[in-house]
Amino acid sequence: MTEIVHADRALALIGGEPNDANLRRYLHGIPGVDAVGLQQRAAGLGTRSIKTTSKAWALDRIIGLIDLTTLEGADTPGKVRSLVAKAVTPDPGDLTCPRVAAVCVYGDMVPHAVQALGAAHGEIAVAAVATAFPSGRASRSIKLEDTADAVAAGADEIDMVIDRGAFLAGRYGQVFDEIAAVKEACRRADGTYAHLKVILETGELNTYDNVRRASWLGILAGGDFIKTSTGKVSPAATLPVTLLMLEVVRDWYRLTGHQVGVKPAGGIRTSKDAIKYLVTVAETAGEEWLTPHLFRFGASSLLNDVLLQRQKVATGHYSGPDYVTID
Amino acid sequence: MTFLDYAPAPESQAVLHLRDEYGLFIGGEFRAGGGTPFASINPATEKQIAMIAHANEADVDAAVAAARKAYTTTWSKLSGSDRGKYLFRIARLLQERARELAVAESLDNGKPIKESRDVDVPLVAAWFFYYAGWADKLDHVGLGASPAPRGVAAQVIPWNFPLLMLAWKIAPALAAGNTVVLKPAETTSLTALLFAEIVQQADLPPGVVNIITGAGDSGVPLVGHPDVDIVAFTGSTPVGRAIAKSTAGTRKKVILELGGKAANIVFDDAPIDQAIEGIVNGIFFNQGHVCCAGSRLLVQESVHDEVVDRLKARLSTLRLGDPLDKNTDIGAINSAAQLERIRTLSDVGEAEGAERWTAACEIPANGFWFAPTIFDNVSTSHRIAREEIFGPVLSVLTFRTPAEAIAKANNTPYGLSAGIWTDKGSRILAVADQLRAGVIWANTFNRFDPSSPFGGYKESGYGREGGRHGIAAYLQGATK
Repeated sequence: MTEIVHADRALALIGGEPNDANLRRYLHGIPGVDAVGLQQRAAGLGTRSIKTTSKAWALDRIIGLIDLTTLEGADTPGKVRSLVAKAVTPDPGDLTCPRVAAVCVYGDMVPHAVQALGAAHGEIAVAAVATAFPSGRASRSIKLEDTADAVAAGADEIDMVIDRGAFLAGRYGQVFDEIAAVKEACRRADGTYAHLKVILETGELNTYDNVRRASWLGILAGGDFIKTSTGKVSPAATLPVTLLMLEVVRDWYRLTGHQVGVKPAGGIRTSKDAIKYLVTVAETAGEEWLTPHLFRFGASSLLNDVLLQRQKVATGHYSGPDYVTID
Repeated sequence: MTFLDYAPAPESQAVLHLRDEYGLFIGGEFRAGGGTPFASINPATEKQIAMIAHANEADVDAAVAAARKAYTTTWSKLSGSDRGKYLFRIARLLQERARELAVAESLDNGKPIKESRDVDVPLVAAWFFYYAGWADKLDHVGLGASPAPRGVAAQVIPWNFPLLMLAWKIAPALAAGNTVVLKPAETTSLTALLFAEIVQQADLPPGVVNIITGAGDSGVPLVGHPDVDIVAFTGSTPVGRAIAKSTAGTRKKVILELGGKAANIVFDDAPIDQAIEGIVNGIFFNQGHVCCAGSRLLVQESVHDEVVDRLKARLSTLRLGDPLDKNTDIGAINSAAQLERIRTLSDVGEAEGAERWTAACEIPANGFWFAPTIFDNVSTSHRIAREEIFGPVLSVLTFRTPAEAIAKANNTPYGLSAGIWTDKGSRILAVADQLRAGVIWANTFNRFDPSSPFGGYKESGYGREGGRHGIAAYLQGATK
C-alpha cells in the first residue's frame, strides 16, 4: 500500500511516466551544486568540537549505526561467523557496548550470517549486496534473480548498485525502472519488503550535480536508503558527498513528509571522521536521522577505532590494538 | 540532553599570559600614557580584561617623533631584503603564537574562537608573509623607476577585525619602507599590544612600529599631526569624512576604507544550498560587524519564499554564546554602544513596516548579544536598507529582472562589496560589470586574500589595500 502511494507521488512530481524525457526535465530542473561552497560547508561542519558527554554518546551511537561489512572474494562461512560474533559482542571486555546495526555480506553468505546470528537476528539485520555488485554489469534478469535469491535466504536489506553507465549516458528511465524492479524483487512471500539501499557509486558519477540528480532518482524510484559507494571505487564516501545526499533527503522530507536514509560507505576508518558525519547528519537532516532506520555507516575497520576511543573515554587512557578483537 | 546540545568545548586560556595593565608602545618600549587609563572589557561577560593606557597629545608627539627618527636613521636605509627578513620573522612569530592571539582576539572582541582561529589569525600571518615577499622587489615590478617610501604613516583601525586590520595596515607600510604609528580602537586594543610584544621579540629597530591606545581624542591628534606623511583609516564613513576634511590641503596621502551596505544578489538559478550558506556567511560572519557584509539580500521574486524559508531553517541551527567555545557560531556584540545602535535600527525597521524574524536562541545573562535577525518585505526606502547596521541583521528585498537587481544593488551611497549567486557564468560577468562596488564575489562571500585589492566606490572610501595596489599606496612616485 505504502509502495503504491510512493510510486504515485513520484509520478506526480515527475509529471508523467518515468521516461528519459520526463526524468531529465525534472532532474535537470533541480538547482545546481557549487562545488567550492559545498566543500567549504562540509569542512566547516568538520570543525565542530565534540567533547566529554557528547563524545561518549556519539561513540555509542556510531557503533549502533554501523553495517559491519565484509565484501571480499575470499570470504568464507568461517569469516562471516567471525564477523557476526564481532557484531553481536563488539567489545568482550565491556558487555554494555551496543551492538552494530547490521552485518553486510555478499548474497551467497546470507544463510551463514543468518545462522550465525541465531536469536540476535532481528536486533542485528543482515544486509546483502546484490545486482551484480560492485560493477552492476549484468543483465536485468540476473540482477533481479540475485536480489530475490538473497531475500529468500533471509536478507533483511538489499544494497543494490545503480547502472552508472546508463545514468552517465542520460538513460535515466532505465535506471529508474531497474531500481523499481529491484524493489519489487525485494518483496517477500508475505508481502513485506526487504529494505532497499541504492548505491550511487559517487566516485564514478564524478560531479556533485550528478550525485544530486542520482540521489533524487534513487529516491523517486523507491529506494529506502541512498548509499554513496560500494567501497570498491576510489573515492568512496566523502563528507561533502554525504552532506549533499543529506540535503536531498532533507528536501525530499520537506516536500513529501517521507523519510529516506543515507549510508556513507567506504573510507570512514576513524572515530574522529565518523563524528564529523554525525554532526553533518544532525545539522543538515536533523537529529532524528541518527537512527539505524535512517543512517548507517558502511565500514569494516571503523568499529575497532570507535572501541578504542570508547575505552579511552571510560578509563581515561588509551589501550591499543591488542585490546580490541579482530574479526 | 540531545546530541545537538554539544557539550561545552571551551578553548583553553592557559596559553594567554596577560598583564593587568598595558602602556603605550613607543620607540620599542612600553611606557605609561599621559591620559587616564581605561579598562578593556570582555563583551561576553562585561568583566575587565586589562587596563589600557590612554595617549594624550604629548604621547602622540612622542610616538610620531620615534617613528620619524626610526625612519630617517634606520628603516629607510635598510635594503628591501633586510626589511623583508624582519617581516618574515614577524609572520613566523605570528604563526607560532597563533593560538594565543586567537584566544586574546575572541576574549577582547567577542568573535567566536573558530573565526579568530580559522580566519583572522591565519590571514594576519598571510598578510605579513605576502608583503614580506614584496619588500625586495619594489624596483622591479613596474612601480616606477625607484619607488620611495613616503615616511611616517598614521594608521587608525576599527574594532571588528582588530589584528587583521593591523596587519592590513602595518605589513604593506613596513614592506615599502615606511614607519608607523598605529592606534587600535579603544574597545579592542589587546591584540595590537600583543603584536607590540612580537615586534620586540622580532628585534625590529625601535620606533619602526609604535602603538598608541585611546579613543577618538588620541586618534584626532595623530591624524592631524604635521609630521605624518600618510594617513590610513578603516572605520565609519562620518569619521572618514572628518579625516578627509582635516587632511585636505596638506601633503598627506590618505587611504580610507569606510562603511558599506552590500547587496547579495540571488538569482533563481542559484545553487540554492550554497547560496544559503553564502547569505549566512555574508551577514552573520563576525556578528555582522563587517564593513563588506552582505546586509541587503536581493533575491529574485520567483524564489523568494523558498530562500527565506531555507534561510530561517538554517539560522535556527546557529549557536550563539561563549565566544571561546569552539562550537559557537555567533559571538558577542563588541560593545554596549554598538548593541544599542543595532537595537535602535532594528526597531526602526519594525516601525517602518518590515517583517521581523529572529532566530530562537537563548541569550546569556551578561554581556552584549543580538540574536540573528531577518527583515523581510524591506523596501529600498527603509532605513534598514540604506544605513549600515553593522550587526547580525539582514534586510531582504526582491527583484524581478537582472536590470532591476543591478539598479537596486547600486542604489546606495556606499559601494564596497557585492555578491552574485547564479549557476550561469555569463550572467556573473554581465552583472559584475555593472555593479559599482570595489569587491564582487561570485557564488561565495566574505573571502579575503592578501593578493587581492580591497576597497570601495563612492562613500565606501578611496584607495585599495592588498595586492600590488596596497603597497603602491605606501610608495612615492609609484605608478599604479
